[in-house]
Amino acid sequence: MAKTIAEINEKIKQGKAVVVTAEEIIDIAKEKGIKQAAQEVDVVTTGTFGPMCSSGAYLNIGHSKPRIKLGGGRAYLNDVPAYTGLAAVDIFIGANALPDDDPRNKVYPGEFNYGGGHVIEELVAGKDIRLVANAYGTDCYPRKRLETWINIKDLNEAVLFNIRNAYQNYDVAANTSSKTIYTYMGVLRANLGNINYSTAGQLSPLLNDPYYKTIGIGTKIFLGGGIGFVAWHGTQHNPNVPRTEKGVPKRGAGALSVIGDLKQMSPRWLMGTSMLGYGCTLTVGIGVPIPILSEETLGYTTVTDAEIFSAIVDYSDAYPNLKPDILGEVSYAQLKSGRVTVQGKEVPTASLSSYPRAVEIANTLKRWILSGKFLLTEPVAPLPGVEAGITLKPLNERPIE
Amino acid sequence: MAVSKRIVLHFPKWVVEHPIVCRLAKDYDLEFNILKASITPEEEGLLVLELSGKQKEYDKGIRYLTKSGVRIQSLSQNVIRNEERCTHCGACITICPTGAFELDPVTRQVDFHNEKCVACGLCIKACPPRAMEVHF
Repeated sequence: MAKTIAEINEKIKQGKAVVVTAEEIIDIAKEKGIKQAAQEVDVVTTGTFGPMCSSGAYLNIGHSKPRIKLGGGRAYLNDVPAYTGLAAVDIFIGANALPDDDPRNKVYPGEFNYGGGHVIEELVAGKDIRLVANAYGTDCYPRKRLETWINIKDLNEAVLFNIRNAYQNYDVAANTSSKTIYTYMGVLRANLGNINYSTAGQLSPLLNDPYYKTIGIGTKIFLGGGIGFVAWHGTQHNPNVPRTEKGVPKRGAGALSVIGDLKQMSPRWLMGTSMLGYGCTLTVGIGVPIPILSEETLGYTTVTDAEIFSAIVDYSDAYPNLKPDILGEVSYAQLKSGRVTVQGKEVPTASLSSYPRAVEIANTLKRWILSGKFLLTEPVAPLPGVEAGITLKPLNERPIE
Repeated sequence: MAVSKRIVLHFPKWVVEHPIVCRLAKDYDLEFNILKASITPEEEGLLVLELSGKQKEYDKGIRYLTKSGVRIQSLSQNVIRNEERCTHCGACITICPTGAFELDPVTRQVDFHNEKCVACGLCIKACPPRAMEVHF
């Protein structure tokens, strides 16, 4: 029954494609069987909406008169430092960047109310952003100081470029110490007071294509409310982790690097986020369509939360000290029940990733495809798979004499 | 008839130095449980109370507070959720000491029961998109 992406696109254009979400496919396959479901369904849409720290945007602000070379100088967007190691008027704002005068954790736990992620959200929302920059001045770029409002509509380019998003799976965070800790996995109360996890589980893009058989470089996706593309594999992409019999990774595993035009995105899907005692980040909405090319690809999309496991990691010791120890494995179905048992103690659970918003993304992408406006792309190159033999290297410190 | 309500008392600068709350117990036989208290120098004082007793005495106690210059608000108005910013992630659920946030098992949406909220403020900074706001 093998289908091609070209055939699926033809059906999309004719308005005949059958598109369902990764949540809906579970019951459809249960009812009709994998074989029939694979014949009937053309595309399964996925979605995820969670804090993703390795996110940022590059902007080309246009040349001032007289010219200024920001490269090698300093630039601030609403007091948040932007990276200026590029040419004259290209700057990069990272989601974790903080104003120089933010007290950080000097007053513990720091609040981190405003940072790079918030600048990106406000930029996307069409708000004016205050740009202040200093340069050293050259014969061809004489100007040394710039203070101006900028607005996304006036920029030559505003591009979201996230180097690691949509992590395939993620650690489940706990705290066995005797004091509350403040982490990127949220506030973790002492003595296993709570457990936080972050995934869209059965709706998550890479959990529905565990061996990266359809998602590759060039795959067109829902990104931040607009259209984006998979640019590369995400940093720390590590397919070689323990997997279940069905191939679902039981640890972090794969990740995506994604890119897209910020100008057509929306603040509803790119939200500046503050993690108490940790820092600022950006909550990003991503949805990836999975073309049903075979019974095998369909089979993967039927994964349920009960079949996805992750490791409970102690963020008071194992995580900060890079120890491999885990407190146990748990399924997302268990985590979503609101309580899990760890070391004989019943612990309440909470999510940092929004499942209702992941559902909304999968449904939006489904609507786009059904309308005939969103065609699928053929990947131009695959993401590294298990066979690539990647091992995640820790930093080997070598003392400097 | 017995009543038990959670209220927020605002003490203007000139009232802060007078003993007021103790008289609720002494004169009106009301029980109070202090949920939160703060007095800022040169500013007003704030007290979140759970106040219980007989309805008649309760009403008298409230009248006494008002006459003493204390401004009273019912508690549920104070912590509100900015629906535009809430993403229904659920990070607040295990933070709230009174269980005011509840996950709907079907929709996976987080319901905020503000009648259970004691305005302790723990959720305000623990909320990643900063959707919880205190309004006094």
